[in-house]
Amino acid sequence: MRALILCLSLLLAFPAFAVQPDEVLSDPALEARARDLSKVLRCPVCQGETIDESNAAISRDLRLYLRERLVAGDSDTEAVQAIADRFGEYVLFEPPARGANWLLYLAGPGMALLALFLGWRFIRSRGLSEEGPARLSDEEKARLDHILRD
Amino acid sequence: MIAELGHFALILAFVVAIFQMIVPMIGAAKGWSGWIEAARPAALAQFGLVAISFAALTIAFMTSDFSVSLVYENSHTSKPMIYKISGVWGNHEGSMLLWVLIVALFGAMAAVFDANLPPKLRARVLAVQGSIGVAFLAFSIFTSNPFLRMASPPFNGRDLNPLLQDPGLAFHPPFLYLGYVGLSMAFSFAVAALIEGRVDAAWARWVRPWTLAAWVFLTIGIALGSWWAYYELGWGGFWFWDPVENASFMPWLIAAALLHSAIVVEKREVLKSWTILLAIMAFGFSLIGTFIVRSGVITSVHSFASDPQRGVFILAILAFFVGGALVLYTFRAASMQARGAFAPVSREGALVVNNLLLAVSTFVVFIGTVWPLVAEMLWDRKLSVGAPFFEQAFTPFMVALAIILPVGAILPWKRGRFRRALYPLRGALVFAGAIMALVFAVSTGHSALAVIGAGLGAWLIAGAAVDLWLRTGSSGLSRLRRLPRADWGKAVAHGGLGVTFIGISLLMAWQVEDIRVARIGEPFTVAGYEITLESVDEQPGPNYNAIIATMAVSQGGKQIALLHPEKRVYPVQSMPTTEAAIQNGLFRDLYLVIGDEQQGGGWAVRTYIKPFASWIWLGSALMALGGFISLSDRRYRVAAGARQVRAPSPQPAE
Repeated sequence: MRALILCLSLLLAFPAFAVQPDEVLSDPALEARARDLSKVLRCPVCQGETIDESNAAISRDLRLYLRERLVAGDSDTEAVQAIADRFGEYVLFEPPARGANWLLYLAGPGMALLALFLGWRFIRSRGLSEEGPARLSDEEKARLDHILRD
Repeated sequence: MIAELGHFALILAFVVAIFQMIVPMIGAAKGWSGWIEAARPAALAQFGLVAISFAALTIAFMTSDFSVSLVYENSHTSKPMIYKISGVWGNHEGSMLLWVLIVALFGAMAAVFDANLPPKLRARVLAVQGSIGVAFLAFSIFTSNPFLRMASPPFNGRDLNPLLQDPGLAFHPPFLYLGYVGLSMAFSFAVAALIEGRVDAAWARWVRPWTLAAWVFLTIGIALGSWWAYYELGWGGFWFWDPVENASFMPWLIAAALLHSAIVVEKREVLKSWTILLAIMAFGFSLIGTFIVRSGVITSVHSFASDPQRGVFILAILAFFVGGALVLYTFRAASMQARGAFAPVSREGALVVNNLLLAVSTFVVFIGTVWPLVAEMLWDRKLSVGAPFFEQAFTPFMVALAIILPVGAILPWKRGRFRRALYPLRGALVFAGAIMALVFAVSTGHSALAVIGAGLGAWLIAGAAVDLWLRTGSSGLSRLRRLPRADWGKAVAHGGLGVTFIGISLLMAWQVEDIRVARIGEPFTVAGYEITLESVDEQPGPNYNAIIATMAVSQGGKQIALLHPEKRVYPVQSMPTTEAAIQNGLFRDLYLVIGDEQQGGGWAVRTYIKPFASWIWLGSALMALGGFISLSDRRYRVAAGARQVRAPSPQPAE
């Protein structure tokens, strides 16, 4: 219930401007990492926006939290995991490849292989081999010779 | 009164559509010419009635008739006239009416222009188109009536969502719908052909212009939407892999596949049943798109009017049309034997590969789009699939497509040789290699994306040029002007794809971003550009209040631009929007955004240098232009078609 009230109050808050100048870290390398990570994290209360582009207050909090973790020495995976632990895998725009999600990742390549197989079978079935028309068999050659002799 | 007239016309159109669905279909089956001929006036009448209805709603919006509840919900007296009009389709009910209008428009166009179609085929096509009209008119009348009145009309309306009050977005939906619904013509042709049990070169020739037109409109619609996102959302993103964007992208990909496979049917009478299947799927994906946008099952930035009842209705429409067509397909597909034989290395072979790549990439987009839904239903997992997934799963197919395209485009029909095709392309290959080396040399991060994308783009553009050159034979430039329009269209569209490739990859790899607090009069430097915030003023607009900044940009001590980024607040919906100031250039866009005033003084300012951004839309425009050029080819003109059709009478495909 408390979470719900928090969410509602965040939704009602007047939207600010995506990444604010006061959030930016002084270390450019660290800041670049933070930006890259915040581009794959989903804002929990918006409709399909990343926390990087979102104006919601919670996104700002998440951006600041992410930076805190990075400054504290977390690796990229650790920092993202810390946020996912709290908000669930819903916030990960890149779904983790575990469990049923393997189906998602394998669907494309699997379909490509199937398409390749079916396509190849279809093309083969259309005849016309690469070397040109089939050579005459011995029997056909004999008949042709016979016809030409007449 | 006018609203009631519109409502009444809509109901009449529904009745006419039912007539159009049944009578010509029976006539064609029984061979009764009177019933067959009834299709044309019915199609025209249906269009006329829907047009009256649409005009009535438009008048209600233009005159701000707030007794109509839809107008109250989506309009306001102080809104500029253009947005009063675009407000008609800026909401669920009105956009559904626009959808129905376009269904009827395509039916009427088929009735008028396809005068040379065999009467029975035309009757069946119009009957199927009529049945689509019936379904969506019923949807509009029974679940989304736009003409509902309010008992006590308020003095003013609630205004249109400010994000939608923009020229780019005013015209984005009509083009998108022209594309979505245009594919219904390909569908109607496919179902009519299945009923007749006959698909031949003539059929493919009739379907192609409709598919091409639909594809061109989809291209324009998608490009407008992405351009709007680029300048309006305030940070210059152009594609988000949002479910609703994917919903328009999937029919685009399938329509592109259909365009190419219909060529094979027309020239070589192969791929018939596959082409029929694609036509069914293309419209199927249009319907899935409608379902995604309007049911709200997948949350998205765009979804409006999410309502389970409407969702179920659209799902039923989808199941009926796609399911019905597929059942018909399973019974009749076997009767559509291919005629021509071809070797693996040939134009046909290349087009088969084109189709497989486009179909599989559509599948990848589809599964990524519905995966959150599937995961929640089956495993109760709430998860998201976003840009990172699509970028890695989708891109490889586009890379493969771009590699084979220029070779496939010049391979001869029936049988070709790789070596012989590659020989004229050696110049293009060298050119693409040189571009890759150049991009590698100038990019600091040595980004693979920039090198590969630019190389593929250059390869596509040069390949399109070689294609044109080969078509001229040895007679050179004078012949170039006399080439069939279809050849020009093909080269322009393929080149346009290359331009878009370059734009996307270089923009994504080389973009520079800067976020800071800027104080008035104190210049700062971003990537060699010196930028000064000169002043910030308040200025009221027609229905909003604006804060307008004046920013000077100079390079090497010389001022190159004076830009005015804005921030607007629309009081009626108390919603802020950002209006970025962009100086478009051929090789880079300067993109400035003004944010909030800071407590310690100064303003939050974002600066972006976006290299080659305009190439994304330049390429899209070229693709659309290529489609239009191809459409204007004389083979598709009415008179020319009439002459050609009478000569070879269509043979039943055994």
